[in-house]
Amino acid sequence: MPMAADDIETMIREAIPDAEIEITDLAGDGDHYAARVVSESFRGVPRVKQHQAVYAALKGRMGGELHALQLTTAAPE
Amino acid sequence: MSDPQSRIDETVKGNDVVLFMKGSPLFPQCGFSSRAVAILEHCGVEFASVDVLQDQEVRQGIKEYSDWPTIPQLYVKGDFVGGSDIMMEMYEAGELQALMQEKGVAATAG
Repeated sequence: MPMAADDIETMIREAIPDAEIEITDLAGDGDHYAARVVSESFRGVPRVKQHQAVYAALKGRMGGELHALQLTTAAPE
Repeated sequence: MSDPQSRIDETVKGNDVVLFMKGSPLFPQCGFSSRAVAILEHCGVEFASVDVLQDQEVRQGIKEYSDWPTIPQLYVKGDFVGGSDIMMEMYEAGELQALMQEKGVAATAG
């Protein structure tokens, strides 16, 4: 079962409340997304840990229902 | 028969650069794996690859090994580097090439 963009955003926001989240439906099929997550909590944190924080927010859906999520993370400029 | 975690550990530590992917470098079976292969080829580094589609235990085990839910996964000199998005970001910033150099992995281009 694919996930809706809103659900992805809600889950990320619950775990990372200050995040600025931008979800793009890449293929228009509700199954291939790109997400950009910007949060102060990422400052000074290695990329792998930033991505792991987002994956943790998605509670095991990443890699299962959510196969195709292209992820970009950053601290605010 | 050794357990999947030790087999994965041996592979990760036994190769300078190893990519766990879906399919083979010649015939990647998913867009993310294909992108990861292209990035490594652009860096000009030699790398070993493991096709997780050929081994369900490794396919599941690698996610636990690195606490990372998706494939591909890149390891350099025993350290987990990231998935294809991180590889792309690092490549575009020149960081992946720098990492290879820093770790003493020979590159022919980049």
